[in-house]
Amino acid sequence: MPSILALEFPPISHAVEWPIIFGGEWLGVNKVVLLMWASVIVVFGFFLIAARRQRLIPVGVQNVAESTVDFVRNGIIMQTMGEDGLFYTPLLLMMFSFIFVCNIWEIIPVAQLPVNARIALPLFMALLVYVMYHAVGIKRQGLGGYLKSSLVPPGVPKAILPLLVFIELITLLITKPLSLCVRLFANMFAGHLLLITFAVICAALWAIQWQIVILPFSGFLLIALTGFEVLVSFLQAFIFTILTAVYLGQSMHPEH
Amino acid sequence: MLSVLAQAAQSSVDINPGLTAIGRGIVYGGAAIGPGIGIGLVVGNAISSMSRQPESAGMVRTTMFLGIAFTEALALFGFVLAFIISG
Repeated sequence: MPSILALEFPPISHAVEWPIIFGGEWLGVNKVVLLMWASVIVVFGFFLIAARRQRLIPVGVQNVAESTVDFVRNGIIMQTMGEDGLFYTPLLLMMFSFIFVCNIWEIIPVAQLPVNARIALPLFMALLVYVMYHAVGIKRQGLGGYLKSSLVPPGVPKAILPLLVFIELITLLITKPLSLCVRLFANMFAGHLLLITFAVICAALWAIQWQIVILPFSGFLLIALTGFEVLVSFLQAFIFTILTAVYLGQSMHPEH
Repeated sequence: MLSVLAQAAQSSVDINPGLTAIGRGIVYGGAAIGPGIGIGLVVGNAISSMSRQPESAGMVRTTMFLGIAFTEALALFGFVLAFIISG
């Protein structure tokens, strides 16, 4: 048990390894999986309730749902893909709201664990996007056209073309999906560790004597960081969705 | 002399966790330098263009977040790598 400034800190495995609640070795269900199921239910139920009694002038849940759809449609798709991309509105809407609900568990009492702070879900979604933008590109432009438009940048001298093609190949095959996955995972994991650190510091300071004068500062930081994490949860959902839209747009319209 | 060497050989086994911790610090610190400068450039230029043309603020903000996301990825690779390094 490491100690800093005479404060006792629990080891990091307490925050990272969750015990299996039920199920066996291969299909173990722990808190992370339960929260993922809960967010599926929340997202599904939210849109179901919003769609049930539709009014011309939206109130309550329907209002929130309509502004979410409007945000994804005008703020993400029209900015990156244009009219063509409206076909992908359901996918991107679900992606945005699911990632946001998965992230926002980080600051909800009792849960306090962002699902995306484990790499499984970001990895799965990044692989989904990876397969999808290749498939859309090959379908829209044909295999040769897709490779040409994504690997050969227009208007470069012939001498440095092989180097650029190599860099573009690495970007297309490895960097894009890896950064998409790791960005979401690492942001949520870092935020989770930050909140844990300040919460543990507050709890440890409460128990001992003279160091309690530091408690207001770390308490204030804990509250401020909780607010900051709301912003990060929203921003990461937004960035994952808009990057998906940008990649799909690149596969659909080769010129930009 | 020999006893000093023997002592050094003895302690070189125990020193590994400490060196791992230092390596983690260097990995994350090094990975944070470039993205720190890069995000500063992105946001600074976005702010100056927003103040020059307030009507284009919405578009600039979207592009700014995209730029931040691309720049930030390097720092996050360093963050993950620092956890992967084990002694």
